[in-house]
Amino acid sequence: MSAHSYLSPTGVEIAFVLVGLIVLGSAVLVVTVQNLVHAALWLVVSLGAIGAEYLLLGAELVAWVQILIYLGAVVVLLMFGLMLTKAPIGPTTELDVKHRLPAVLVGCAAAGVLVTVVCDAYRTVWFDPRAAVAQDSASAGGNARAVGSALFRYWVLPFETLSVLLLAALVGAIVLSRRNPDAGPDAESAESAAAAAEPGPAVPAPSNPQSPSSSPAPSPTGVNA
Amino acid sequence: MHAVYPLCLGALLFSIGLYGVLARRNAITILMAIELLLNAVTINLITFGSLLRDQYHIGQAFTLFVITIAAAETGLGLAIVLLLYRGRGSAAVDEQRALGEPRDPQPARSPAPAAQATEFSA
Repeated sequence: MSAHSYLSPTGVEIAFVLVGLIVLGSAVLVVTVQNLVHAALWLVVSLGAIGAEYLLLGAELVAWVQILIYLGAVVVLLMFGLMLTKAPIGPTTELDVKHRLPAVLVGCAAAGVLVTVVCDAYRTVWFDPRAAVAQDSASAGGNARAVGSALFRYWVLPFETLSVLLLAALVGAIVLSRRNPDAGPDAESAESAAAAAEPGPAVPAPSNPQSPSSSPAPSPTGVNA
Repeated sequence: MHAVYPLCLGALLFSIGLYGVLARRNAITILMAIELLLNAVTINLITFGSLLRDQYHIGQAFTLFVITIAAAETGLGLAIVLLLYRGRGSAAVDEQRALGEPRDPQPARSPAPAAQATEFSA
């Protein structure tokens, strides 16, 4: 392991760089493309390629968990979010802020600083990601047995804490996405009826769509009757 | 493998995610950029776990934790975005100027409820 050189890259390095180019290119497309659904689909490409990078780095279990959780759950969740917020499906110009120059500057500055520091610090460090997987499958490497035994032997307390966190997130998501947490549909219709009974809403109907999106707003009919 | 390749990949991915968080105005695209940021962090975790080769597998175990937390975060974030959209009619973050819930939720960006209301009044 002494003949390391930039000029003679190994096959794993070449594969890593090529897949890394896919990751970076699709990540740039995620944050720049002007079509929301295409951004979500480029996110699939990027996250899948990151899974391939995990495989190249010798983390097999994490790679499959990445495929399963990110590509299977998170992207589908984002798609549901796009659907439920009636996001613009086609190409649109309203995805970005008006002045993108500060964001470009911050991104380039972060990239410059981080890459400089990392290259300077790890200029002479080589490692072999696959060696640990091959030689001792029980105690080292990234296979399911090693990671699972480490997870349940040393990290069992964070693991259980994480289950509580997931439960809290589940309950929180349900509470947040219920339609009216405090007032039932009766109270809501009573509210809009009270708004209709006020002398204020004598203005034309299109100017008072104050009822939330779902209720068909009994107030305009009340006004017109 | 040279250690610079995965670490530079993580750094560049982090920068792209940072740009995305700052430059996007739709809340769901911001969530996508946050996923990129979290993935940059997990690439670094995997790399250092493989580089330092510690006996506790802290890199890969914590990567699993980060992936789980990212899934929970996306679920909660989407619930919040949905609530925002329902209350204010828009999921664009630069239009949310008020901290409190509006007394009169005016759907600015969804013409459907207004059209419905005029239909009922007609």
